[in-house]
Parts: sequence; structure tokens; C-alpha cells
Amino acid sequence: MDTVLFIIFAIVAIVAGFNVVLQRHPISSALSLVGVMGSLAVLYLLLGAEFMAMAQMIVYGGAVMVLFIFVIMLLNAGAEKPSSKAWFAQIAGLPLLLAFIATLGFLIYSALPGLRAVEFGSWTMGTAEEIGKLLFTQYLLPFEVISVLILIAILGAVVLALKEID
Amino acid sequence: MNLWLILLFPLIGFVLNGLFGKRLGKAAVTFFAIGSVTLSFFYVLYVLSRLWPLNTAYSEHSFTWIQSGFLQVGFDLLVDRLSAVMLLIVTGVGLVIHIYAVGYMAEEDGYYRFFSFFNLFLFFMLILVLSSNLLLLFVGWEGVGLCSYLLVGYYFGENWATNAANKAFIVNRIGDFGFMLGMLLTVVVFKTLDFGKIAAAVGTMPVEPTVGVITAIALLLFVGATGKSAQFPLYVWLPDAMAGPTPVSALIHAATMVTAGVYMVARTSFLYSHAPLAMNVVAIIGLFTAIFAASIGITQNDIKKVFAYSTVSQLGYMFLGLGVGAYSAGIFHVMTHAFFKALLFLGAGSVIHGLSGEQDLRHMGGLRKAMPITCWTLLFACLAISGIPPFAGFFSKDAILSAAYAHAPWMFWIGAITAGMTAFYVFRAWFLAFFGTYRGHHHAHESPLLMTLPLVVLAALSAGGGFINIPGFLSQAYPSLAEHENRTPMIISVIFGVAGVALAWLLYIARPVLADAWQHAAGPLYTLVENKYYVDEIYGALIVKPLEGISSLVLWRGVDEGLIDTAFVSGLARGARGWGGLLRQLQSGRIRNYATWVLAGSLLVIFVLGVVGGGR
Amino acid sequence: MHFSPVPLSWYLTLSAILFVLGVAGFIYRKSVITVFLSIELMLNGVNLTFIAFSYQLHRIDGHIYSLFVMVVAAAEAAVGLAIILTVFKNRGTLQIDEVDTLKL
Repeated sequence: MDTVLFIIFAIVAIVAGFNVVLQRHPISSALSLVGVMGSLAVLYLLLGAEFMAMAQMIVYGGAVMVLFIFVIMLLNAGAEKPSSKAWFAQIAGLPLLLAFIATLGFLIYSALPGLRAVEFGSWTMGTAEEIGKLLFTQYLLPFEVISVLILIAILGAVVLALKEID
Repeated sequence: MNLWLILLFPLIGFVLNGLFGKRLGKAAVTFFAIGSVTLSFFYVLYVLSRLWPLNTAYSEHSFTWIQSGFLQVGFDLLVDRLSAVMLLIVTGVGLVIHIYAVGYMAEEDGYYRFFSFFNLFLFFMLILVLSSNLLLLFVGWEGVGLCSYLLVGYYFGENWATNAANKAFIVNRIGDFGFMLGMLLTVVVFKTLDFGKIAAAVGTMPVEPTVGVITAIALLLFVGATGKSAQFPLYVWLPDAMAGPTPVSALIHAATMVTAGVYMVARTSFLYSHAPLAMNVVAIIGLFTAIFAASIGITQNDIKKVFAYSTVSQLGYMFLGLGVGAYSAGIFHVMTHAFFKALLFLGAGSVIHGLSGEQDLRHMGGLRKAMPITCWTLLFACLAISGIPPFAGFFSKDAILSAAYAHAPWMFWIGAITAGMTAFYVFRAWFLAFFGTYRGHHHAHESPLLMTLPLVVLAALSAGGGFINIPGFLSQAYPSLAEHENRTPMIISVIFGVAGVALAWLLYIARPVLADAWQHAAGPLYTLVENKYYVDEIYGALIVKPLEGISSLVLWRGVDEGLIDTAFVSGLARGARGWGGLLRQLQSGRIRNYATWVLAGSLLVIFVLGVVGGGR
Repeated sequence: MHFSPVPLSWYLTLSAILFVLGVAGFIYRKSVITVFLSIELMLNGVNLTFIAFSYQLHRIDGHIYSLFVMVVAAAEAAVGLAIILTVFKNRGTLQIDEVDTLKL
């Protein structure tokens, strides 16, 4: 069962990922990205990370992507126009990417000994309780720091967007 | 005993006159100049009296100048009998000439400049004489060369003066190059530059029959002496150096600086005694220079030039004496030469001063009534230089010629002929200047007391100086060759001298027409000699012109402009600009390019860390 | 039915693919919004890697890191989109190739 679920949602994620990159209109890319988020949430569940799956759906799918779609509609972003200005990126990008994936593949398959097999239900520590325990004891300082970070982001966004209104 | 005080007084004089002389006025400048030399002279007397009888050398180490590896050179001063003689000559005759110069330079601008350089010269000459190692001697050597340049070029507004100063300095430098090579070879071979230590080391080495290291060192040092003491082929600067004021010619180019080479050879006699080949070279060059310069002196019309060539010739005598092993005779001649040559130059200066600048013998004549003191003191000098007994020159010349006879008779005969020529040209000058009818345009007058008093002093020394038994005094260091029982060389040389005087009297007093007749008869030969055998012209064509050509064409155009400017200076600029233009393309402002570069960089890092680094 | 468990390396491969897709999008797309979407894709790939390794080591720490990444991504998206709005107001274009005046 795990395998089937994994294969289905992995394929969905990859196809949606390709769609993000290949679509011409940003709104299509954004919607494909929502698809990626969703399938990733299922994969998290398979890996025993219940809390993270929920957080992924809520934060990413519910907040970030909505924000993206709002902005796309606000700006009335249209389809892209082709441009040939950054020729270096267009020429050197593909070989570098291929080399990159090759390196990563090598690292995953040769340089990492003893990877487990994933069985749904064999590890149930990904609960909110466990995360909460760790978050508020050992990682308290980073937690506070990112709280401040969110605050700053809010302020920054408000300031930047404020001028837009008038 | 603070030997360095001897050096300090002239140095103070130089500094005071140099820095403040312009503002202080003539009286103060004179006071500092004469005062410093007087103090130095009296301090020398004091030192010598304290050190008498100077059976051992007294040395003083002030501070270590160079300490590098095995080489240690200190500021070491040494007083022994040889330096005692030189000290007395330098400070004594120097003082007399300083007093003369006060009168001679009284109306010149730059009075303070003259005396500050004069004092500086004394400072360096004293360093040279007092030094106890080769390097410090070289400091003095270079310093007197510098002062010679400064003083010959005293009238620096005139081209002939600055050219002469340049020539003096540059030709000297050629000799100095040989001296430096000699010093370097000494360091390599003996690991020290101290005279005492080298003498001790040489004492253990055998006499070199032919070429060897000692001969090489001796010959290289002699090249330096050739330059400084105006021997063939580096003598050409001395006649031109007459462009300086007459006291300069008297002090520097007659009494002291030019004898530095002679002193140096005498000081390093332990080297030459072990290198007979070098000694022969010294003797032959000295002999050749003596007769060569004497022949030119016969034909010159400028009174200072006659005496300049005479100096070159007499220096040749001194080197002849050194070369045949009679070191003390050579030094003896240095002393007597200082007396009578300084007197000759000062007297010539007196004549020139009295005639308001006239130097050509053909425009003089009959001056003995107008300038009696000058005339009769100069007679003493002429008799001394001709080797007529009992004047000073006779004793020293006889010592040299007798030693030459004992060494190789042919050297003696050439030396005797040169003695005759010496007598001839010096009396020719005397007769032409003081006898006959006045052929010039100026009104002649005798010189003031400040100038005639030194003349009298030097005349007395020229008369009686020969009785100071220098060879005996120096016999401890230089075991003189056996007292020659053979009086023949002495008598022959006196005969040659008297013959020279007589010939001059004949040609310039009794039958003046004969002089012109003989001159015309000699024709082209006379022209050749009068033009100094065209040596200057030969040097110019062979050496100077090619050097100038190479400098301007090869070195200037080729190397400096072509290579250094283009390749390095402009090349660097162009390279920087080129690279900058290339690297500028990176900052394109295009975010996608930047992202690609970031990807490339991170890929590299991951690759290196992960794959190459073993995935750890 | 009980199939064989899924090897963890498959998860890692998937995350690598997602990440590379994100980079490709960043390099090749010209609209600013799409570039931001690619950044989010990259971050998701990284999150998957963290969760996978957390399973491998049986430690919760990976989840915590992933949580932080998520928070930062959200904050960055907010601020970044605000900046895009400002750039659009000033330049009038959403093509990143047009915004290239910061150059030599």
C-alpha cells in the first residue's frame, strides 16, 4: 500500500513540478505548485510526519500560495515574452543542471550507506506533542528568533505595500 | 688619544662654512676655514709628539662599521711612521695653501663655498691617510675625488670648468672600478680588509713568480692608483683640471690628492713585495708616464698646463721608485714634490693674479722687476724640481734614480733623460715669464702678503726639505736597499739636470730665435706633441663616442622606451584595462546570469566536498 | 496486500528532482512571479529531504528544521511579493531581464 501511494503521489509531484516550470502563464504555474504541495503533504504522512503534513497544507497551500495567486491577479501578470538578454544563463544552464542532478544522484546512491526502508506506521514520533516538546525546550531560541522574523516580515511587507495604495 | 679629532676639525669647518658661510661674511668664513686647519695641524703635532718615537704603529678603533658574515670592517685609524709623514704633509702644506687661498680668492663670489669644499677635501684626505683598512681608505679616496670635482668645477657657470670637473670625476671612476675589484678580490682571498691582517696573511704566502691572486689584487689596486694619481692611460683629467682656481691645483692636484695613489701602494707594499710582476708593471708605467708627460710639458704655452704635465711626470717618478722597491724613496719624493710643486703652482697663481688672469706664457715676460718675491721663490722651486743639489728635489730624485739603476740600468737612463727634460721645461717657463720684454697688455703688480708669505715658506722648505732623512725615518718599515756606494748615477742625473737648465737658458735668454727655428724644424712632430699626442681625441673617438651612441640608441630608445616603457609600464596598464574590460562583463545586472554562476559555484563545492572528499 | 517497503533513497531522489526543477525554473523563466514560484519549489524539495533524513535517523530534529524552513519561506514570500509590487510600480514590467540597471 505504501508503495502504491508513494508512486502515485511522487508522479503527481513530478508532473506538477514540470508544469510549474514549463507553463507560460504564471497562474498555471501557481496552481501546479499547489498540486506539488499537496502531494508532498501525503508523502510526509507516509514518512510518519503528521504534524508537518498538516503544517505544509495549512501554511503553504493555504497561505503562501493564496498570497501568490492574489499577487498574480493584482498585477495582472500576463504570459511571458521571450527574451534573449541573459544568454549565458540560457547556454550554460542546461549542462550545469545535468551535472547537478548527476552529482546528487551519485551522492544519494553511492555515498550514503545504510538507508532504511520506509514503512508507514513503523515510526510514530512525528506527533505534535513530540515536536512541541523539542521546539519549546531545545529549540526555544530559534523559535523565538523566527517569531521575530515573521514580525519583521509583516512590518516590511506592510511598509512596502503601503505606498501602493495611494 | 682621539685620533678622530684630527678629522673633526676640517669637518666642522666644512659644515659651518657650508651651511652658514653665505650669511656670515668673509671674515668669519676665513676664521673657520683657517682655524680648523690650524687646529688639525697642531693636533697632529701633538699626537706625534705624544707617540714619538713611533716604533710601533698606534691604532684606534672607533666603531664597527660593517659586520656581515666573516667580514668585519671598523672605523679604524692608524698612525705609524708612514702616516706621520703624510699627515704632516697634508696638514702642513694644506695650512700654507689655505692661507694663500685667502688672498687669492679674496675677490671671488662663492668665497664661502670654496673654503667649505677645501675643508671637506682635507677631511677626506685625512681619512684616507689615517685609515687602517682598505674600505675606509676607499671612503677617503672617493671623497677626495668628489671634492676635486666640486672644486675644479668651482666656476660652474662656465662650460670649460664643468666639462673639466666631469672629466676628472669620470676618469677617476674608471680607476676606482679597478680599485673596487681589487678590494673585492681581497675580501674573497683574505676574508678581511684590514692592512695589518692582510700583511700578516701575505707574510705566510710565497712570493708569486708570475700571475697569481696577490698579483691580481696588486694590479687591480694599481688601476685605481693610475686613475687617482694620473698615470698613463688615465692621466688625461689632470691637465684639464687646471680649470679650477690655482690653490685647488696646488693642494689637490700637486701636493695631496694625486699622491694618494702613491701612498696607497706604499701602504700595501707587503702585497707588491710578494708580486714582482706587479711591481714591474708599476715601475714601467711610472717610467713611461714620466717621460711621456715631460715631453708634452715642453711644448705647452699655458703656465698651469706646463706644471700639470710636470705633476704627471713627477708622479711617474714616484711610481718608478715604488716599482723598483724603493718605497721610502717614493714617499720622500712625495714630500719634496709637495713642497716644490705647491710652490710652483702658487707662484703661477701669483703671476696670474698679478696679471689679472693671464695664463699664456707667450704674453708674459720681464716680470722679475714687477714681482720680485714671486720670481725668486719660484727659482727655488725650479732648482728643486730640476734636481740640483742641495735643494730638496735632488735628494729624493737621486734616491729614486739610484734605486732604478740598481734594479735595471735602462730604467735609470730613461729617468735621467726625463730629469733633463724636466729641468728644461720648468726653466723654460721661468725664463719666459720673468725675463725678456713684457709681451702682454696688463699692468703687473706683486701679490699681497697673504700670498707671498706662503711662497716664502714653501721656498724655504724646497731648499732645506731634502735634509729631512725620510728614507732613514721610514727604514724601519721599508728596509731600504743598501746605501749605494756607486755615486755615478747621482752625478749623471745632476749633469742631465744642469744640461736641461743650460739648454733652456740658451733657447730663451741667449738666442731666442733658436727656439722658433727649432720649433719650425721639428714641424709635424712638434704639432703632435703640442696637441698632447692627440690622446684626448683618440679617447673621444674610441670610447666616448661609441658609449654615447650605445646609450642613446640602444639603451635609451631600445631598452628604456621600447622594452621597459612598452612592455612593463604601458603593458601593465593595457593588461589591467584588458582584464578589467573582460571581468566587467560579469556584472551584467542580469539576475539569471548571477543565478547560473551561483549554481556553477555550488555545484563545484558539492562536487569537491561530496565526490572527491569521499562523501563524508 | 503487503508490498515491499519503499527505500528511502527514492524519497531523496524525488526531492533532488524537485530541487533541480526549481533551479531550472529559476534560470530559465523570465517572469518574476514564476521565479518566486520556482524558489518555493526548491524549498519544498529541501523540506522533503529533511523529513526523509529525520525518518532515517529516527529523530524529530529534522521536522523542526523543516518547520523553520517553512516559516522562513512564508516570510520571504510575503516580503518578496511586496518588493515585486514596488518594482512593478516603478518599472512597469515583470520581466527580470528588463530590471538590469545595477551593472557596470
